[in-house]
Amino acid sequence: MNPMIPLFVAAPLAGAFLIMILGKFFKNLNKYIASLTLLFLIVFSILLLIETGKDILVYKIGGWEPVGGIPIGIYLVADGFNTIVLCIINFIGLLSVIYSISYISKYTSENYFYSLFCLMIAGMNGVVLSGDLFNIFVFLEISAIASYALVAYGVGIAELEATFKYQVLGGIASLLILLGISFIYWQAKTLNIADIRLSLRPEDNRSLYILVQLLLLTGFGLKAAITPFHSWLPDAHSSAPTPISAMLSGVLIKAAGIYVIMRLFFNMFIISEEIAILITCLGAISIITGSFLMIGQWDVKRLLAYSSISQIGYILMAAGICMILLFKGGKTEIAVLALAGGLFHMINHAAFKSLLFLTAGSIEYRTGTRDLREMGGLASAMPLTYSTSFIGSLSISGIPPFNGFFSKLIIIIAAIMGHFYLLALIAVIASIITLAAFLKYQRYAFHNKKSDAKVEKHDAPFPMAFSLIVLSIMCLLLSIIAIPHVRELLLTPAINVLMNPNLYTIPILGM
Amino acid sequence: MTVYLLCFALFMVGLYGIITMRNLVKIVISLSIMEFSIFLFLALIGYIDGGSAPIVDPSAPDKIYVDPLPQAMVLTAIVIGLATTAMLMSVIIRIYRKYKTLDIREIKNLRG
Amino acid sequence: MKGMTLIVKKTTQLIAGIVFLYGIYVIIHGHLTPGGGFAGGVIVAGSFILLILANGSDFLNLTKEETGITIIENMSIMIVLLIALAGMIIGTRVFFHNWLPKGDVGELISAGVIPLYNIFIGFEVAASMLTIFLALVIFKEEITK
Repeated sequence: MNPMIPLFVAAPLAGAFLIMILGKFFKNLNKYIASLTLLFLIVFSILLLIETGKDILVYKIGGWEPVGGIPIGIYLVADGFNTIVLCIINFIGLLSVIYSISYISKYTSENYFYSLFCLMIAGMNGVVLSGDLFNIFVFLEISAIASYALVAYGVGIAELEATFKYQVLGGIASLLILLGISFIYWQAKTLNIADIRLSLRPEDNRSLYILVQLLLLTGFGLKAAITPFHSWLPDAHSSAPTPISAMLSGVLIKAAGIYVIMRLFFNMFIISEEIAILITCLGAISIITGSFLMIGQWDVKRLLAYSSISQIGYILMAAGICMILLFKGGKTEIAVLALAGGLFHMINHAAFKSLLFLTAGSIEYRTGTRDLREMGGLASAMPLTYSTSFIGSLSISGIPPFNGFFSKLIIIIAAIMGHFYLLALIAVIASIITLAAFLKYQRYAFHNKKSDAKVEKHDAPFPMAFSLIVLSIMCLLLSIIAIPHVRELLLTPAINVLMNPNLYTIPILGM
Repeated sequence: MTVYLLCFALFMVGLYGIITMRNLVKIVISLSIMEFSIFLFLALIGYIDGGSAPIVDPSAPDKIYVDPLPQAMVLTAIVIGLATTAMLMSVIIRIYRKYKTLDIREIKNLRG
Repeated sequence: MKGMTLIVKKTTQLIAGIVFLYGIYVIIHGHLTPGGGFAGGVIVAGSFILLILANGSDFLNLTKEETGITIIENMSIMIVLLIALAGMIIGTRVFFHNWLPKGDVGELISAGVIPLYNIFIGFEVAASMLTIFLALVIFKEEITK
């Protein structure tokens, strides 16, 4: 019963309400409270990452012990997979808050921004740490409602239309998730994830099992922007203010979408062949859709938003390959390789997608436009933004020695070794198309000189530059995870707890 | 069994409303109808035959009570639905100020 | 916004007090009868909204009122968080622990720390509903100005 675990939810909540109270009396205090809270959370998440390398930590809220072997009460569970996602959330959150110190000064009423941001972080931490189904739903709603308000922050015409579309589709997704949870409760009479694995068997009622799996896949797939549920993502992520775009695209679609899908389908449901093939096909179609729709865009942030769809497809396809190989039995080394590639790509995508969005925001801050046909010749005027966005473009296209190359290579090797030649071909073609689109972005934004007038150096202010430099250093450093020793140290606890569900259920059910 | 089918019919009415209605406020009302159908379904799941309301009576210790857990879930979900509806309503008021119309066929700035 | 006719004003003057008392009854008996913080808070907010709708109010008064209500709302939820965290400091190190003595079943002062949660969540929900109502009314006033 580690006392650090509930502080991940309580500390950002306290920070959010404290910002609202103190922000009315002292004008400048809101930024410092937000950054201090997130700094505090990062230190705790790194400590937790080191501690869960050996075993799983379970926290029972209120101290309610199981009665007769049945877990009652709310459980918070921290294992190897959770703590990686926690580190991603809090780290990218801290860098976004530091970036927004100078970016949000162009808008009014900054109190609401920092307070809603801390609420969104509290909700995401709760989704990741929760050990039973209904709490996932409640915390998912907290972070979703905070993000609806943040997308509409600067109340212009485009933001309001984007947030209306996002809200209606997100509301339908939450209702489908609630319907799936109520069907599970009807059959199994319990809500704990570890307990549902033992009590919900497909032999009792086969059609109900398939119905529940499809409902939860649809609901969480809408939150994770998988094709065919991706239509809200380009509008919402391009119209939001830039630090919120970086948070939404880099963290929220992973913590509230892909993380929950992997947790439920590996640890709660018994793997069946049709669902595994369905997940792999959805991942492959997302890769194709995202990359083909990305090339023709002239708006910078819309281009980056469409490429998010394609990269999330990579992660889902890797998870699907691992499930198919686990179901057929036998070659577990290839399944471990595929899942390691998927998790590594999740960490990498958070880093380079946030970097790309923040550099696009820095361009918008100085030139006031987002259209590629109106920019040009910025390479000499903004050298720091030019070099960091060049590093980001190389990372996402998969050029060594940056981190995108290694994670895509691991996924493609795992697909070829498992005899999925078509999927490997799709992954390679999408990578080439991504390279083409990002070369277009670099040429039109930075190299295309329109006039011969002298452009003076007018680069990003210090808080924005700090976030850009730290993220580009992380893009280089994260390629260390490809070395087998470091990969085993970091990713093996996560892979173990996902592939052997007994490692997850036995410590929770009070043995 | 008929009770559950009627809940499903209410869900379909709400879904039809979201897809075909043109006024923004009617879309929000249809979303509310969909939510209420799921709350009804969830509260009906916990019914046990011959049970009474789950308030502990110290004088009759062997009574059968209905399941109180779905009722707690519905209370929480009602509050979440309230927050979602309030958020949608304030966005609609701001859209009316910018576009001067509430017809969803006129609001198509973001394309492609 | 303009007020309503004389009959409505006199009726709400008589009724608003009874509605307020009923809301407080539902909040305080939350551990004995159905209701609790959420439902009672909505009823209390309902009595205030009734008074504002019937008597009408000036635009400046509404914005001043909204500032005060937001402070009450944030303070009450900070107190809820402090009570939940106090379980970690006093006695055992558990979040959300029930750390006041529990009495007999069925008494008004019993069940430890749950009535305190109900009261402060009742304040918070009432303040939130009032803030939502005031925000929508202020929007409408700004449009028709």
